[in-house]
Order: sequence, then structure tokens, then C-alpha cells
Amino acid sequence: MFAAAAIAIIITMVLALIRGFIGPTLYDRILAVNMFGTQTVLVIAILGFMMGRPDFLDIALVYALINFVGVIALLKYFKYGSLSIGPGEERNTEKSSHMDKS
Amino acid sequence: MEAWIDIIILFFMAVTVFAIARLRNLLAVVMLGGIYSLLAASIFVVMDAVDVAFTEASVGAGISTILFIGTLALTTRIEKKPAHTPLLPLIVVCITGAVLIFGTLDAAVYGDPQSPAMQDVAPYYLENTKKHTGIPNVVTAVLASYRGYDTLGEVTVIFTAGIGVILLLGSWRRGISASTRRKEEEE
Repeated sequence: MFAAAAIAIIITMVLALIRGFIGPTLYDRILAVNMFGTQTVLVIAILGFMMGRPDFLDIALVYALINFVGVIALLKYFKYGSLSIGPGEERNTEKSSHMDKS
Repeated sequence: MEAWIDIIILFFMAVTVFAIARLRNLLAVVMLGGIYSLLAASIFVVMDAVDVAFTEASVGAGISTILFIGTLALTTRIEKKPAHTPLLPLIVVCITGAVLIFGTLDAAVYGDPQSPAMQDVAPYYLENTKKHTGIPNVVTAVLASYRGYDTLGEVTVIFTAGIGVILLLGSWRRGISASTRRKEEEE
């Protein structure tokens, strides 16, 4: 039962890896990385049950959080071109923002 | 089954590394680096080293991905073609890898209870930790009590590195703001 689930997850991991390698656009790659992180969480959970240690589930949950932070950083970079700018702010290179700040 | 999972994950890692070496798009390389760290963390979980796996996932897949993206935001996204042929580095890497594999021939087998590390100090710690320190977790006792000065030194190194990074990044911020101020004065 767990072995079948593990095999299925590994097949999806292969598919995500292939998409990450060849992905023509960067969004394909972001999705591949995000999905690969989710697959890792599932693999750790399945391994926990296979090895008779269901407390691995907590660790899998924390992995999901880390994965989320990484993807948010990537998407923020794509949206704003920098990590230090938040929503509603312009890039520092534009003249108008300098004038406004001074 | 566990051996098969090991083999499959190690195969994925090898494929990922070859893709990282071949790709010129640095953002894709950063993302594949994150995938590599997640695979390494899975291997550590299979080897029952959950704390190491956790460090690998948070540092490798989390923090360093974000740091690399921050670096790419300051520099360029596409790697230039190397001016030299990669033949000499390939030879050096192959020789180093061969030496490392030769070194593993002499190492103890993974999980071998007859290995010197298991025979020599491990029983001592297992017997005396509770008596000496009163800490139920042996690993924690070794890190924080038996090797307390060692851990203190490590924390000092990490603290110094953090100060260096803050100084570097902080001066960078000040430099940017100083240059913009100069521009405004000119205008």
C-alpha cells in the first residue's frame, strides 16, 4: 500500500524534474520547484509510515512551510525585480520616486 | 524498499547536478539547486538523521535560494560562456572524485555496530550521560555539555559571519542612498 503510494509519488517527481529541466518559461520552472517541494513533503510522510515513525509528519509540515517561503520569494522577485520592495512601491531607479521621497 | 528509495533519490540528485552544470539560465540553476537540497534532505530523512535533514532543507532550499535570488536581482540572470575550455577542470574534478571514492573504501559501513566510533566512545556516552549531565537526550548532551566549548566556538564563528554580512549589506544600502542623495543635489 505505502510502496504503491511511494512509486506513484516518485513518478510525479520524475515528471516535475523533467519540467524543471526543459521548462521553456520560468513559470514552468517555478511550478516544478513548488511541486517538487510538495512531493518531498509527501515522500517524507510516506517514509515515516513505512519506517514505523509517524512523527515524521511534523517535519513534513515544516518542509511545506519552507517551500512556501521560497516560492513567495521567487514570485516577489518576478513581480518587483527585487526582494526589498513591497507592494505599492516603485523601483528606486525611477526619478519620480526620488522626488517624492525628498 | 528503502535501498531502492536511496538509489532513486541519488539518481535524481546526479541528474539534477548535470542539469545545473549544463544550464546557462541562472534562475533555473537556483531553482534546481533548491530541488537538489530537497533531495539531499530526503536522503538524510531516509538515513534517520532528521535534524540534519531539517537544517539542509531550511538552509539549502529556503535561505540560500532566497539569497541567490537576491544576488540575481543585483546582477544578471544569464551566465556568460566561459572563455577557457572546461577540460582541465573536468580532469581535476574526476581525480578528486576518484580520491574521495578511494577514501570511502576504508570508511566504516553505514550503520555498522562494529565500527570504531560505535565501539569506543558511544557506549561511554550512552552509559554516563544521565549520570554526568542529567539530560535525557544523548545527542543534545554531547553537543551542549561534553562539547560545550566546541559549540561555543561554532556559535562565535556564526556570530562573526553574521556581523560581517550585516556590515557588507548595510554599507551597500548606505552607498545607494548616498549616491541617490548626490544625484538629487545635482538636480
